[in-house]
Amino acid sequence: MRLAYPTSIKIIRVPCTGKVDVLYFLRALEKGADGAYAVGCMEGDCHFNSGNLRARKRVEQVQKILDTIGIGGERVQMYNLSSSEGPLFAQYAVEMDERIRKLGPNPIKKHKKKAA
Amino acid sequence: MIVADKKPIEEIIDEIKEHERILILGCNECVTVCEAGGKKEVGVLASALRMYFLNEGKEVKVDEKTLERQCDHEYLEEIRSMIDQYDAVVSLACGVGVQFTAEKYHSMPVYPGVNTCFMVVTEERGLWTERCQGCGECILARTGAICPVSRCAKRVLNGPCGGSTDGKCEINKEIDCAWQLIVDRLKALDRLDDYEKISPLKDWSTDRAGGPRKVIREDVQQ
Repeated sequence: MRLAYPTSIKIIRVPCTGKVDVLYFLRALEKGADGAYAVGCMEGDCHFNSGNLRARKRVEQVQKILDTIGIGGERVQMYNLSSSEGPLFAQYAVEMDERIRKLGPNPIKKHKKKAA
Repeated sequence: MIVADKKPIEEIIDEIKEHERILILGCNECVTVCEAGGKKEVGVLASALRMYFLNEGKEVKVDEKTLERQCDHEYLEEIRSMIDQYDAVVSLACGVGVQFTAEKYHSMPVYPGVNTCFMVVTEERGLWTERCQGCGECILARTGAICPVSRCAKRVLNGPCGGSTDGKCEINKEIDCAWQLIVDRLKALDRLDDYEKISPLKDWSTDRAGGPRKVIREDVQQ
C-alpha cells in the first residue's frame, strides 16, 4: 500500500497492547515525547481476550494523571483497528499528529532546557 | 493481607510541595499485591511528581526505592546510607510502614502515599473484601470459620438480627448477612447443633477497647 504517515511518529512494537503499562506512557512523556498513543486490535477481537481492554483502562489512568499534574490528558490516546486496516492506521497517525500539534510541545520540555 | 487505596496525587503534592529532595518509598508486601504501593506504583507516582514539578518550573529531585517490607528493622536499615540525600519521604506502605519509617528516621518528614483500609482477601483482581478485624480473641471455631466480628455490621455474636432479609444485611442489599452465611456453613458441615449454643460475652479488651495492643512472645525473643 505504501501509505504515508507523519514522520513524527515513532513506533514501538509490543506483543499485545495489554503489555503497555501506565509507566510506559509516563516515561515517554517524562523523556520529552509530546504525546503517545496505543493502537490495539478491535475490542472483542483480542487474541489474548482482554489485552486491548486493559490498555484502554491504562490510557484512561494516564489521562487522569496528566490532567492532574497539568500536562494535559489529551496527549495520550487509545485507538483500535484490525490488522488489515493499514489506511486506518495511517489516518490515526495523522489524527494524533494534528492533535499534538494543536496542543503544542510537551510543557515540561521548556523547563527541562532551563534546568540544563 | 492489608489493603490500601491510592491517595489522590493532588493530595500528595499538597503535602510535599515545600520539599526539594523527595524519596518515594514503596513496599513489596501487601500494598504491592493490592497495586497501591509496590515498585510499579512508586514509579508511576515518582514520574508524575517529576513532571509536575518540572511543569511548575521547580527543580525537585524525586527518587524511587522499594523495600522488601517497611515493618521490619532490617529492611528499613537499607535506606540509612542514602536517607541524608533527601528532605522528605513519601511512603507507599500501609500506615504501619509509614509510622515505622518515621520512628526509625526521627528527623525525616514522612508522608503517607496511600490510605490504609483493612485486612482482606483478594476476591478477584481489583476487588478486596474484609475478613478480619484483629479482635485478638478468635471465635471462628464456633462460627463455621465465618467471622461475625468483621462481616456482621453489628458484630452480633448470637445472630442474625432482625435486619437480615433474604440472606442480605439491612445496611446494604449487596452485603451478605454474616449469620446467614454461618447458618448455611454449619448446615453444610452437619454441625447445626453448634448454632444453638449461646456465645458468652466476648472479652473486648483484646480488641481496640483495651487501647494500643502488643503481642509478646518470650519463647521467640532473643
